[in-house]
Amino acid sequence: MATDWARAGWYFAMMDFVSGFRVGMKYFFKPKATINYPYEKGPQSPRFRGEHALRRYPNGEERCIACKLCEAICPAQAIHIDAEPREDGSRRTTRYDIDMTKCIYCGFCQEACPVDAIVEGPNFEFATETREELFYNKEKLLDNGDRWEGVIARNLELDAAYR
Amino acid sequence: MNDGFWTFLIILGQCLAVMIAVLISLAFLLYMDRKVWAAVQLRKGPNVVGPFGLLQSFADFLKFVMKEIVIPAGADRTVFLLAPMLTFVLASIAWVAIPFAEGWVISDMNVGILYLFAISSLGVYGVIMGGWAGNSKYPFLGGLRSAAQMVSYEVSIGFVIVCVLLMVGSLNLSDIVHAQAGAGVLSWFFLKQPVMFIVFFISALAETNRPPFDLPEAESELVAGYQVEYSSTPYLLFMIGEYMNIVMMCALTTILFLGGWLSPIGVGHGLFWFVLKVVFCFFMFAMVKAIVPRYRYDQLMRLGWKVFLPLSLAFVVLTAGWMKIFDIQPWAYTEKAHEMGRGAMIIEAPAATKTEDS
Repeated sequence: MATDWARAGWYFAMMDFVSGFRVGMKYFFKPKATINYPYEKGPQSPRFRGEHALRRYPNGEERCIACKLCEAICPAQAIHIDAEPREDGSRRTTRYDIDMTKCIYCGFCQEACPVDAIVEGPNFEFATETREELFYNKEKLLDNGDRWEGVIARNLELDAAYR
Repeated sequence: MNDGFWTFLIILGQCLAVMIAVLISLAFLLYMDRKVWAAVQLRKGPNVVGPFGLLQSFADFLKFVMKEIVIPAGADRTVFLLAPMLTFVLASIAWVAIPFAEGWVISDMNVGILYLFAISSLGVYGVIMGGWAGNSKYPFLGGLRSAAQMVSYEVSIGFVIVCVLLMVGSLNLSDIVHAQAGAGVLSWFFLKQPVMFIVFFISALAETNRPPFDLPEAESELVAGYQVEYSSTPYLLFMIGEYMNIVMMCALTTILFLGGWLSPIGVGHGLFWFVLKVVFCFFMFAMVKAIVPRYRYDQLMRLGWKVFLPLSLAFVVLTAGWMKIFDIQPWAYTEKAHEMGRGAMIIEAPAATKTEDS
């Protein structure tokens, strides 16, 4: 059997290591890809699906009309809604709970919503110390809506062209 | 107070100074290891604790010390706790023979290199004991692997050292460095024995269980090998011992091949150059970890027994033959060595008695 001298030479001259070392040194001096997280954050798409929020109309009236489409479509069955007619005769929720520990952030609820009431906002930093704090009720969700309304409205507008 | 007591105190002080210096530099070398590894992978590495993350190792140290020591129910408690201590102690006592600079050595013993070789060979017991005592399968497999691996590569390391010793004619580590004095970088042994230099470096990687030879603690197959059942301070001792062995091997490479404390330009020898060379060797260790994939076990054994052993054996014969043919004296037999008072005693062969015996 003929000896493959070229291959043997390559092996004993450790050319694999030399070329590997060269690549390693090239990367050694490249700018680093690390994002210094709590101080730096990566870019976020307007379509980002984070913490849920219930929105209001500009006059302060809540958007949700308790159609329960979100409850119906939710694949994780994380949403629970109770509804009764209000004193003025309009149909509103008396209870709107989302179990954030069940939610899979699929975004179906905001797709199903006919009045853009339930949306997934840009916030993803809502870790808590106890499980109970992640059982969101209507008050918490409306509060989220008020807090993030500016960003949510802009994101919806930016994404509207692609829907 | 007699003289013996003061000598004892001085030796104790020297040992403490070396230990503290080595441990503190180890903390920063560990940090360097992580930084180099991160940089090659386009990460930043530790950068939170202290300026540029320099104090990361100390934070890790505190964390290890404050955690609970878990001993598995089926473990042999004595051996389980003895193993990390053995590893740590063996790794630290090797440093007594290392000359950091001209005369800066705790014990300038005449069998320095043999002593180091013996100590590093004993290091395998810590790993085997740790692997066995946990009474768990992954540590046991890791321990078995490391036993086979360290024994295999010690053989070629031994022959590489013999090559150097042929040129020096002395087992004393300071003599090995003295033998490389002269024309600056040109008279260092890595130029006279380039192949042995590389074989030694690669064997050192295998000897210290570093990637690409980290089969005893291969994450993807053995979780963490012999360290699986360890936590807290025992684990810390294992890790410090391991890194001390690595730095030890860097120091040995420096002394054997890179001229120890000698300056590359021939003037201004000192501790600075020794440290710089050790750091360079450690940088190479870290780069190898970052760029080389792990060997398969049969490849590891093939490299050790079928490539390095014949190669180093051939170079022992070549070196000896070369010196015989061109009548080159080992350094210890030269006049220069005798002027320094470090030459070997030359025993004249008794004349004309041989023929009568045979």
